[in-house]
Amino acid sequence: MAFGTFTTPITWQEGEYTVTRTNSWSPPGDHPTGAGMLLYVKDGILEKVEGDPEQSITKGAMPIRMLSLPEYVYSPYRILHPMKRARDKRGDDSAWEQVSWDEAYDLIVENVRRCTEQYGSNSIATFVGTGREAGNWGPTMSCRVFNSPNIVYMQSGWSCYGPRMACTSYVLGAPYPELDYASQYPTSYDDPRWQRPEVILIWGKEPLKSNPDGFWGHSIVDMYAMGTKFIVVDPRLTWEAARAEIWLQVRPGTDAALGMAFCNVIISEDLYDHDFVEKWCFGFDQFAERVQTMSPAEAAEICEVPEEKIIEAARMYAKAKPAALQWGLAVDQKPNGIQMGFCCLAMMAITGNIDNPGGNIMGAIDIGGLGSGYTDLDPQSKINEMIGVDEYPAMVRTQQFTHPDTVLDELEKEDSIFHMGFFTSANAIANPCNLPKRWEKALDKLEFNVVMDIVMTPTAEAVCDLFLPVNTYAERDMYVATHYGACGTWIGAIKKAITVGEAKSDITIMRELGTRLRPELWERYKTDIEYIDDQKLCTLKTPDGRPLTMQDLFDHGSYHVDYEYRKYEKGLLRPDGQPGFMTPTGRIELYSTMLEAWGDEPLPYYEEPPTSPRSTPEYAEEYPMVLSTGARTWSYFHSEQRHVPLLREVEPWPLVDINPKDADRYGLHDGDWVWLENDNGRCKMKLSVQPGQKEGALASQHGWWYPERDASSPSLFDVYEVNVNNLVPYKTIGKLGWGAPFKCLMCKIYKAEPSADIDRIEEVYHG
Amino acid sequence: MGRKGILINYDFCTGCHSCEVSCRVEHGYPDDQGGVIVVQVGPWEYGPDRYQYSFVPVITDQCDQCFERVDAGKDPACVHHCQAFAMKYGRIDDLSKEVDEGSKSILYYL
Repeated sequence: MAFGTFTTPITWQEGEYTVTRTNSWSPPGDHPTGAGMLLYVKDGILEKVEGDPEQSITKGAMPIRMLSLPEYVYSPYRILHPMKRARDKRGDDSAWEQVSWDEAYDLIVENVRRCTEQYGSNSIATFVGTGREAGNWGPTMSCRVFNSPNIVYMQSGWSCYGPRMACTSYVLGAPYPELDYASQYPTSYDDPRWQRPEVILIWGKEPLKSNPDGFWGHSIVDMYAMGTKFIVVDPRLTWEAARAEIWLQVRPGTDAALGMAFCNVIISEDLYDHDFVEKWCFGFDQFAERVQTMSPAEAAEICEVPEEKIIEAARMYAKAKPAALQWGLAVDQKPNGIQMGFCCLAMMAITGNIDNPGGNIMGAIDIGGLGSGYTDLDPQSKINEMIGVDEYPAMVRTQQFTHPDTVLDELEKEDSIFHMGFFTSANAIANPCNLPKRWEKALDKLEFNVVMDIVMTPTAEAVCDLFLPVNTYAERDMYVATHYGACGTWIGAIKKAITVGEAKSDITIMRELGTRLRPELWERYKTDIEYIDDQKLCTLKTPDGRPLTMQDLFDHGSYHVDYEYRKYEKGLLRPDGQPGFMTPTGRIELYSTMLEAWGDEPLPYYEEPPTSPRSTPEYAEEYPMVLSTGARTWSYFHSEQRHVPLLREVEPWPLVDINPKDADRYGLHDGDWVWLENDNGRCKMKLSVQPGQKEGALASQHGWWYPERDASSPSLFDVYEVNVNNLVPYKTIGKLGWGAPFKCLMCKIYKAEPSADIDRIEEVYHG
Repeated sequence: MGRKGILINYDFCTGCHSCEVSCRVEHGYPDDQGGVIVVQVGPWEYGPDRYQYSFVPVITDQCDQCFERVDAGKDPACVHHCQAFAMKYGRIDDLSKEVDEGSKSILYYL
């Protein structure tokens, strides 16, 4: 392990400014990649921000979501004091009244005690969003504060990150293997241990815009500038696709067929790493036999890409030393996604690109990842009472979360177990719920709903009774670890520089509530730092052998590990110290005994999307266009930041991309407002005619609502007008409970009247 | 002293808008103006598997060379925050020597 090598301390004076070195996480929403930032404060006000040139990963660069931080911090939309409202006034924006923190906590304690006595503590559900720090603490809030195992991420099929984490845990016995972008080294790419990937296969992912989960998107550009070549699998012509050696413009939802064909080519042409397979893989022969059932010719027909390109791509990836795979959200957002992920992992494995320099590495920092607090359930057996554990044990046991679709069923029951909801920065009905209207109705049944957030959201307005204001990362002490600290390479300090209103950090709210409800577990922590030191950082050691603390991070800015590659050779992956992987057979399971034990097939297989031109031709006559939702933007993290003028100016409207030929076919033009509609519902977006979009398929953004429009019900910021999740069906997921078809729906598209108040944004921001 | 300039290798520009927004924030320009604006060229296919799809930062008349930052020893805001490290600030004579053969480079006199 090593500390960062900064030449300046965590804070210093520069003229009239006090400058504080920090790293971004959330809020404002983003993934825990942690861009290095300098916060310039004068008279207690954050006047400007600047990229930190000394930070080893981002080196001074900064995305616009961070450059706009001061505007976000001081936005007139921000809520800075707790507010309450009577239950029968839900949906009425004028009914909120300011209360003190003490009154807010008293209300929560009263309702928690009442629900616990009347129905048991499992009646309290903690609803979390994704990516933000709040998601990290969801399980802690639920288990350690409310003593309830019912942590809910409300996306059908847990269709984000979870499926990739799960299939890695089944096949590899580890968390997410990330492309090696040298983030573990204080000297970044200059460290002699690092190797540049010769080839990166970017598959169903847009890392430049999203900085996903612990990957710094623009490191892709750094490596491209150093000579790395791309293979891109995407229905859209991305920046990388335009520069790729091979671009496979697949039909959305068919990736598992492509993955099987890739593996088939690598094995049939004897391009695999015999030594690695022999030593470290289990079930190669069965796997080889299975993937031979998917010829490149058949995959070409299914995926609508040329056969020779499939073969070329497989060869190029297999022959590159090293090769890395960037596997994206497309894995998670289809019922057949676990099988696609399985193929991705198998490709890394049979070519020996697992935990090698410049391949896909397994990380070395484990501070509990997305969950902690499970052991504080009393009694411990409550862990077996998570909703959905009987219906989808593979999902619930692997992720240690309730099953989202089963939770909706439970909420809709007349005698539902649930009576209280706590939303930790989860704007459910704008994103990520499928069928959001149905979820709203179900959530409205809960007797008492609390929300922690930054601004009034459609969800808070629709169903909540108490609003707790959270602060931004400029207002809190925290750490940020790539991949939430589940398979991290680096930890950065987040340092408080300002105070705004009465807003509090996620940990402070959790501590203060915990101290009131379960003092035996919480009273001892007087500050957020004490909690972090004791519960998170203490498992790591400083270079001189002490437990790591937040003060160390403040003193040194960042923490890196002495990265050991090929940990499986050195006995570093198993608690028994034996070489190999943490799977039942101790090897990478190309024949997955875990998948088999959970009741799925032990080998990858291909299934058509639930609705597609092939699987449901009659449906396709009425709804002819394939629809992939969730296209990433530069400005927004899911449902956040539409209220920030600097960002909204860059991307003012919800867009859906269409190929010019399809636009002609339907008589549509660039800039038209259109309805996307299927049997589940419809939504209104603005059309963007894109020659790089696959013919027959649409790509829409997600998470939209209009903060400038009417807050009260039924408008709710017009969230239902623009929410593409209206089109996502009920419980249409994979066998084990993973993956809804967010990226392979079908719909029709037709012209809509322009929005009446199209120019109101100007009025709101500048009037 | 010598004239200063900005060298841009636009093959690496991803169109992320960091230069535009950092310029707006630095100078307080309105949300639809700035000292640098990114222009998109393409995408179109001009041959089998050949695509034109580029982003090019254009320095506008509102660029004041970030003289306050430069005086303080820093790079202009756009150069400093470019996520692709595609921009370089310096003496025009030095920058002109750094244009790599075959690169998609633009050299702006400031």
